[in-house]
Amino acid sequence: MTPGMSIVAYLIAGVFFIRSLGGLSKQETAKNGNLFGVVGMVLAIVVTAVTWLQHGASVTAVAVLGGAIGVGAIVGASMARKVEMTGMPELVAILHSFVGLAAVLVGLSSYMGPQAHAAGAHTAAELHTARVVHQIELWIGIAVGALTFTGSVIAWAKLKGTLSGKPLLLPGRHVLNLLIVAGIVGLAVPFMAAEGSSGLVWVLAMTALAGVLGVHLVMAIGGADMPVVVSLLNSYSGWAAASAGFVLNNDLLIVTGALVGASGTILSIIMCRAMNRSILNVVFGGFGTGESKTSAAPVDGEVREIKADELAERLANAKSVIVVPGYGMAVARAQNSVNELCRTLRDRGVKVRFAIHPVAGRLPGHMNVLLAEAGVPYDIVLEMEEINHDFERTDVVLVIGANDIVNPAALDDPGSPIYGMPVLEVWKSAMVVVSKRGMAAGYAGIENPLFFHENCRMLFGDAKKSVDALVTAVRPKG
Amino acid sequence: MRVGVPKESAENERRVAATPESVKKLAALGFEVAIESAAGIAAGITDEAYAKEGAVIVASREELFASSDVLVKVRPPSLEEIQLAREGALLVSLLQPERDPSLVPALCAKKVDALALERIPRVTRAQKMDVLSSMANLAGYRAVLEAAAVYQGFFGKQVTAAGSAPPAKVLIIGAGVAGLAAIGAARALGAEVRAFDTRAAAREQVESMGATFLEVKIDESGDGGGGYAKVMSPEFIAAEMELFRQQAREVSVIVTTALVPGTKAPILVPRDVVECLARGSVVVDLAAEQGGNCELTIPGQIADHNGVKIIGYTDLTSRMASVASRFFANNVVHLLTDMGGGEKWKIDLDDEVIRPAIVVHKGEALPPPPRKEPSPAKPAGSAVVAAKPAPKSHRPPPPDAKPKQHDVTSPTRKAWVSNVGGMLVVALLFFLGRFAPRDFLQHFTVFVLACFVGWQVIWSVSPSLHTPLMSVTNAISGIIVVGGMLQISGDFGIATILGAAAVLVATVNIAGGFLVTQRMLKMFQRDGGER
Repeated sequence: MTPGMSIVAYLIAGVFFIRSLGGLSKQETAKNGNLFGVVGMVLAIVVTAVTWLQHGASVTAVAVLGGAIGVGAIVGASMARKVEMTGMPELVAILHSFVGLAAVLVGLSSYMGPQAHAAGAHTAAELHTARVVHQIELWIGIAVGALTFTGSVIAWAKLKGTLSGKPLLLPGRHVLNLLIVAGIVGLAVPFMAAEGSSGLVWVLAMTALAGVLGVHLVMAIGGADMPVVVSLLNSYSGWAAASAGFVLNNDLLIVTGALVGASGTILSIIMCRAMNRSILNVVFGGFGTGESKTSAAPVDGEVREIKADELAERLANAKSVIVVPGYGMAVARAQNSVNELCRTLRDRGVKVRFAIHPVAGRLPGHMNVLLAEAGVPYDIVLEMEEINHDFERTDVVLVIGANDIVNPAALDDPGSPIYGMPVLEVWKSAMVVVSKRGMAAGYAGIENPLFFHENCRMLFGDAKKSVDALVTAVRPKG
Repeated sequence: MRVGVPKESAENERRVAATPESVKKLAALGFEVAIESAAGIAAGITDEAYAKEGAVIVASREELFASSDVLVKVRPPSLEEIQLAREGALLVSLLQPERDPSLVPALCAKKVDALALERIPRVTRAQKMDVLSSMANLAGYRAVLEAAAVYQGFFGKQVTAAGSAPPAKVLIIGAGVAGLAAIGAARALGAEVRAFDTRAAAREQVESMGATFLEVKIDESGDGGGGYAKVMSPEFIAAEMELFRQQAREVSVIVTTALVPGTKAPILVPRDVVECLARGSVVVDLAAEQGGNCELTIPGQIADHNGVKIIGYTDLTSRMASVASRFFANNVVHLLTDMGGGEKWKIDLDDEVIRPAIVVHKGEALPPPPRKEPSPAKPAGSAVVAAKPAPKSHRPPPPDAKPKQHDVTSPTRKAWVSNVGGMLVVALLFFLGRFAPRDFLQHFTVFVLACFVGWQVIWSVSPSLHTPLMSVTNAISGIIVVGGMLQISGDFGIATILGAAAVLVATVNIAGGFLVTQRMLKMFQRDGGER
């Protein structure tokens, strides 16, 4: 295989990846999209392997490579097979960390290995520039990789619950971040000056610093902002791959990394728009901590409870019902029961739909995945913009384990920390029922005046048990 | 031209074909109106009231029939009445010749022209003369009231200190004018209403009245033209019966309004459906006069089957004789206006509204003309019915309390950021181009273009696919495996070990990412689609 042929093969693989992302934008083409991705990946690996063999690989090298690929594939496949859909956010986060780690390893390995050839450089000056550029690329690649790695690990631990979802806010944290960044840049100076591989110590020091930055950044972000964090890390993992491509002069890596980076950035922007906040505010904001604004207007009033059988009657007699799921549904693993309730009601002729807030759950689109897993048809699962104006014509809205995304304070209380965030306007319906374990506040840690609304009733208890009770009560007897 | 209005001779018929109001209008059209003495008493109209508007009160029935050029009646004439009419006169009434085959020959023999009001086509122009609609509207309304009178509970939901009662559940079968009026009346009383009709067009009308539309899961439209349903296939009927049985276990009132023109009414509520109803439930059969939609209906009476009352009144409209007479008389005035009034009177056989209604002309029976009707006009009933659909939907939406979005999408700010940012980037690029090696610039070109491609491709992504997209991009970013592979070489140095480790973690990523995406995508399914 000539170098030209492998370039063409990389080009084809890149096209496959673009088709893959394009396919993933619609339900109908999504499965093909995934397939395109697999094909592109296999093509890229096979072509690389062939090129690599032609350069005269030893038996040991083949064994090492084969072993690494084999073990990696088995581990990855078993992780993917075992994961519960409720555990999807953790899996995605930990996979991001692997990309970051790989980028760091590739960078280090490239630095330690035989010096990169500077193609097209003839004069000494040109050679010097090429080396500087190469070292900058290396530096950036390792920094982004390390940041992605540690950040993803922290995100994973937070999502898993090993670490508390509460933001860790060190005093002067912005100054600290700036110092770390300055340190990363500053360490580059002695590194550039070092001959051969003697700058290793600087590289390792910088890697550690970037790692600390990743930890600190993600530690400061609250649980409610996790969807943004996960998609930001997604984009970082792309940038890390792209910078590795620069280091290795490999266009396929650059293209693919850029694609992934752009995709993650867009998802983050979508999430931020959904919360009416800027990315900077999410990343550095330390949100929902009462730091910038004091607590919202106190809420008073009476909380009214409803029992499952009374609610079941209201549901069965309703014409139109909207279910608003939140993270609480995922925690209680209630999605199957919710689907059962939806089916029973639909059999009785009730129009049932689902309203999904863009930041419901801990991952963009998390609720959609859970509902799909339970078997809810995707065409009755609607986005906020599609359904928000329908609430006034709805008889019963059932809110399951959601809180901040249905908080009217976001619209009418300028003192509220979530003021300005678009929310599902459930209170406009004839009746809202909120299924909750207790009166605890949501992730943003704020009171929800919805619970005191005149047309709101509370259904206390575990979401799964509550919904199961509803299913039994709604199902026609005999 | 003399228009004669006799007293109705049919049993239990309290309506009359003219009111003082209509007499006045007919007189204005140039007709002389003669009313049989005591014709309006049952509907609450005295002879004096008619006389005051200029009607001639005729005491003798024979004289009235013999002297009238146009005879206007509600019910079909009896054979004796036909004998009384004079030759060449026009009889305007509900005729239903298919129910009494002797009528048309008698009319022919006596050379009396006959206009059957029920045959006026249901086109827009003729809506104002459509007595079937105006009467069905009353009948549907009255049917619910009769049911409510017999039913021993509340229709509407009640919450009182002495206990509460859920709303009555009412099933309306047949959503024509009568059915829609029944829905409106039942909703106005507070009941929870569901309705069934074989015609798909009925759904919208049913839902506009605030009832739930029930349907059978078989694809067959029952539209038989003219707003009536046709006879359905056996499979459909079986499914329909199953639906009714299931509904009967839930509802406490059933109102049936299913009439197929010209034939005996179909049995929609057979004995076993009645037996699914709880004791104390009520069935009102609007088709009682044509044999009934319920198997156990006794026309004109209330039957009792295991505690279920089946109301088979045939005089529902007559029970509202006052308003029924007014509506009927108005329909007749509109018809006679259309036929030219007293001055330009003409039986126009080319008129598309009049021609189908003329059954006998100049001693000859006219066959019905070929039907070329458009789809039925919106039933007049739905506009007149007492109960408007839930007023809630008419209320203007409350002013939106949504605050303006700040910083993120402010257009001026955006423009500034993109302009200044764009210029900075361009400047930076030129700077790079001046110093960077060509090799790097080529890669950089590829990089920037790829960013734009990604940007364009991703924006259109459906929000429900965010998670699968993320996991697939994750798998794809495992392409870094290529970088790791290139670092592995024969000599077993540190570079090889690091490269191998990179390959290992990247492969975990690739395998895990693609597999989990595939798992997720498999779960997404469309409503009713294959799993």
